[in-house]
Amino acid sequence: MHATRKLARYLAPYRLQAILAPLLMALEVAMDLMQPRLVQHIIDDGIARGDMAVVFTTGGWMVGAALIGLVGGMGCTIFAILAGQHFGADLRGDLFRKVQSFSFGNLDRLDTGALITRLTNDVTQVVEIVMMLLRIMVRVPLLLVGSLIMAVITSPRLALIFLVLVPLVLAALNWIINKTFPMFGDVQRRLDTINTILQENLAGVRVVKAFARSGHEQQRFHGANDRLMDQNILAMRTSAVTMPLMMLAMNGGVVAAIWFGGISITTGDLHVGQLVAFINYLTQTLMSLMMISMLVIRIARAEASAGRIHEVLESEPEVRPVPGARTAFAPQGRVAFENVWFSYDGASEANGERSTFNVQPSPYDYALKDVSFVAEPGQTVAILGATGSGKSSLVNLIPRFYDVTSGRVTLDGIDVRDIDEAALRRAVGVALQETVLFSGTIRDNIRYGRPDASDDEVITAARIAQAHAFIMRFPDGYDSPVGQRGVNLSGGQKQRIAIARALLAEPMILILDDSTSAVDVATEAQIQAALRSMAQRQTRIIVAQRISAVLGADMILVLDDGRVVGRGTHTELLENSPIYREIYESQLANGVLSHD
Amino acid sequence: MTEERAGRPQTNAEPPPLFGRFGPGPRMMGKTERAKNVRGTVRRLWGYLRRQRGALIITSALVAGTTVLNVISPYLLTQAIDRYILPGDLPGLLLISLVMLGAFALNSLLTWLQVFVMAGAAQRTVRDIRNDLFDRLQVLPLRFFDKRAHGDLMSRLTNDVENVNQVLADGIIQIVSGALSMVGVAAAMLWINPQLAAVSIVAVVTMTLGLNRWVAPRTRTGFRQQQAALGALNGLIEETVTGQRVVKAYHREPVVLTRFDAANVELRRAASRAQIFAGFVGPLMNMVSHLGLAVVAGVGGWMALLGMTTVGTIAGFINYARQFGRPLNELATLYNAIQSAIAGAERVFAIIDEPAEADAPGAVRPERIRGEVIFDDVNFAYETGVPVLKHVSLRAAPGQTIALVGPTGAGKTTIVNLLTRFYEIDEGRITIDGQDIRAINKNELRRQLGIVLQDTFLFSGTVKDNIRYGRLDATDEEIVAAATLANADQFIHRLPHGYDTMLSERASNLSQGQRQLLAIARAILADPAVLILDEATSSVDTRTEQHIQEAMLRLMTGRTSFVIAHRLSTVRNADEILVINRGEIIERGTHADLLAQDGFYAALYASQFRGTALHAGSVPALMETA
Repeated sequence: MHATRKLARYLAPYRLQAILAPLLMALEVAMDLMQPRLVQHIIDDGIARGDMAVVFTTGGWMVGAALIGLVGGMGCTIFAILAGQHFGADLRGDLFRKVQSFSFGNLDRLDTGALITRLTNDVTQVVEIVMMLLRIMVRVPLLLVGSLIMAVITSPRLALIFLVLVPLVLAALNWIINKTFPMFGDVQRRLDTINTILQENLAGVRVVKAFARSGHEQQRFHGANDRLMDQNILAMRTSAVTMPLMMLAMNGGVVAAIWFGGISITTGDLHVGQLVAFINYLTQTLMSLMMISMLVIRIARAEASAGRIHEVLESEPEVRPVPGARTAFAPQGRVAFENVWFSYDGASEANGERSTFNVQPSPYDYALKDVSFVAEPGQTVAILGATGSGKSSLVNLIPRFYDVTSGRVTLDGIDVRDIDEAALRRAVGVALQETVLFSGTIRDNIRYGRPDASDDEVITAARIAQAHAFIMRFPDGYDSPVGQRGVNLSGGQKQRIAIARALLAEPMILILDDSTSAVDVATEAQIQAALRSMAQRQTRIIVAQRISAVLGADMILVLDDGRVVGRGTHTELLENSPIYREIYESQLANGVLSHD
Repeated sequence: MTEERAGRPQTNAEPPPLFGRFGPGPRMMGKTERAKNVRGTVRRLWGYLRRQRGALIITSALVAGTTVLNVISPYLLTQAIDRYILPGDLPGLLLISLVMLGAFALNSLLTWLQVFVMAGAAQRTVRDIRNDLFDRLQVLPLRFFDKRAHGDLMSRLTNDVENVNQVLADGIIQIVSGALSMVGVAAAMLWINPQLAAVSIVAVVTMTLGLNRWVAPRTRTGFRQQQAALGALNGLIEETVTGQRVVKAYHREPVVLTRFDAANVELRRAASRAQIFAGFVGPLMNMVSHLGLAVVAGVGGWMALLGMTTVGTIAGFINYARQFGRPLNELATLYNAIQSAIAGAERVFAIIDEPAEADAPGAVRPERIRGEVIFDDVNFAYETGVPVLKHVSLRAAPGQTIALVGPTGAGKTTIVNLLTRFYEIDEGRITIDGQDIRAINKNELRRQLGIVLQDTFLFSGTVKDNIRYGRLDATDEEIVAAATLANADQFIHRLPHGYDTMLSERASNLSQGQRQLLAIARAILADPAVLILDEATSSVDTRTEQHIQEAMLRLMTGRTSFVIAHRLSTVRNADEILVINRGEIIERGTHADLLAQDGFYAALYASQFRGTALHAGSVPALMETA
């Protein structure tokens, strides 16, 4: 209940609705409770005494009570839902804002799918429970207590039946909940297995087909599916005991009431009308108990959702804006690293935050060790090194996707932590390693960084990125849709659109993070030539695996295990960097480079 | 129903745009809760349910039993009051109490047995549907997957099937018992006192139907709007969060937030409207039941005074009136669930109905293929009107290595896709050992072809499982042998649990190069007659690169190999190089032949394999040092 209670503050602005709803519900319940009493009145005072007037007036009262109850019920519905929906919208909005404020470090730790589930399903779950609570949670206990009191008033002696019945029912409910809860948990896990199998099967469809393994896959799936079915049947059969058991208890009470009430009537201690009313209250009480048990189950499930939401809301963005950061900032483009140490783990520990839903905890290990270099305005600096040597980590520090663990990254001499985030991101353009395009047209995607760019500017950027030619081959050219129902773009084509997107934003500092890895060498060379011929003076930082991509740089940094192990031009490095020479020779041998 | 059909075009219409001109896929727009072909879908569902005929018959019998007991109980109450309590007949009261207790106990038992039997039937049905869906996915052509979002397919297997499950599990019992008990209760009431019965039944039914007429259409439109708003918002969330890094990199948070807020308010409004109307059903039905009570008590009391009925009858009728209203209420709530179940089932059946990859009748299962591959004037287009391969002819003799070279998008991968029959050619003929591949059993064909793709896919499971995927009956020794040949044995031994190390779904614990080595090991184990290799463009670190190179060479020895080549060594050693540009083979020959021709290849070679020709300044430097 902890997390659920914490989310309750989102209900505070709507406390008027949240209070009115149960009050109106109380009205409905009061009317509900009056009905059996009125029926009793008709029987005992009207029919038994032969008084027609009483029958009709009481009948009229019943109609009136029903209508007042309706007003209460509908009013409650309106206020409960308004409160619940506003609550949900606010909560969702805050969650989404929180996600927008996350830095790359937070995003690394949060699985994208899990984040989406939290924003959608989990919020829906919690909203539903809030609306239900505002309506039923008040109605049911009121009904329970009210019926109980009315039953006691109607016949204190018969009410003794409750003393036997209620503990029995509670014990049974407790047993069932304890028994079935783990079963449904198990069902959920088996369902997850099925989802994983399908998800892998879809992602690996080519491999499955290539090895003609559909039979094997079917076997795997059918097995998991059978296990899911078995557990589902078991859980359903067990939980299905609840209803009949409660009915039995309730009806047992009814029979007891008839037997003991019957005796009382023959001795003249009880009227028939009282007995009928009592039976009504008894039924009502046990129904309420049953409803409460169902509610407890629902709340327990929603509690899990509330906990997941809460976890996101509690996470602090690892890169935080600094008060008084510089917003007016027109950089020349001088980038400097001063003794930079960086660890993916260190950042989060510094913030004292540790998420429990880490996707892959990285070892406490520095990704960058004492890195220093300067890129002068207009220079091109290339960063070369093996997978995992720290290339991407290095460039991610410039637009402050992460914060350094120690040392400084500066732009024109100003620490990037002292620059307003929006201004910084405008100054630094990145084509990320992992290419993400959004649904919309190719034009929309290229324009993403600068929505007001003209068509000519879009085309110019696409030309430099060597994307214009293939875009024009699509039937709709720049208006071709990207995404699920759009054209199928190859990896290299996506990368080139991402480069055009970065170029169009006209940043002072352009970072290409291995963004030509899926582009063939010839095209890559064309992109570089086009970049060099660009009029705009731009500092460029290029991450690459292939030597061919870095040959023209003003300076090449060779990274190995987070350290700069060589720096200089191609010729210089060939002479004095053994690691560079090794990379060069292996690529030469493999024909990625050639020396005819 | 006619109104709904008139509204059908709406459900077919394009979802409203979310992002620029193009909205997200259909699933992201939220479920369209209404099925297009209700009757056909229900009939097919019945086809599945029919397999559980025995269980259904037993359940129906049990439901009938409980219904009878439900109808009898209030009657027993009537009898208890009128015949035993009022006259003061205690032995008789004891007897009837015991009879009632027995009836109630039996009722509870039967109720539980219903669910017991039905749970099995429902779950078996759902399992069958899931299996059919999955099995169909296994035989659908790649073309199908090209156009589908995985999320959409997954959601059909989970959400849609779950909707069906919900209705099957409780819905069927509720419908049958609801209908039966309404009939039973009405009959009992009519039998006990026709006049009072007629009055109360007419009162409850007219009120319920009248209110339903007012609420139902409002709820329906409300829910439709809510689903659309929810779909739009979820689509926005999904896309934004997936591309969150790009959003940050371009500082688009303010734009995204504005858009989100608008969608969020829209959802709140639509949801409030829909839920309020749906929420009215409860209080309204409550009122109906109370008014029914008032009618029974008022009219019954009046009749009792006129001597037309007894007090016991009224007591019993009060109970009956409740029972009569209850199923109405339940069916009202079930209505929505049934709608989404049918819509869900329809979406599932739509996949099951997709045409599978077909084998020609009498397709052969060749013994060991020798490996002579011939393309004879092959034409192919992924989309009609956009030809991808034009008049492609080639011949590979057994054991030869054919290098496919050309710019990105020239059609190299397509040649591979056609040989494996991932896609079917439009014109021409492809033969292996003289046999048209369309006449060969697909699975058998693929089993004899080995494919190593650039983007290596690994399944969650151990390293061993992943290698064994190449040949399921391979022994552990054979796996180690294959891994050793693939140069993978070394790094596998360094993993925490060696061959038993679990690989996560995205195999994030392995580098790209290591994953490639595993894929090569898998292909070695499969021992194919014809090999298809897609060399990686993006190089991994130097040492792994050399390992991959060696392993690939070992794998190619003695097999007909098609290589989408990015490395000079591969190209040089090939028996024939095919240069492909814009879907046509424009040059062919050995490395030396083609260089001598001084055509496209020579130019490509100069730019691509030197990779440096365009770096006017730096090439001389490279040349000098080389």
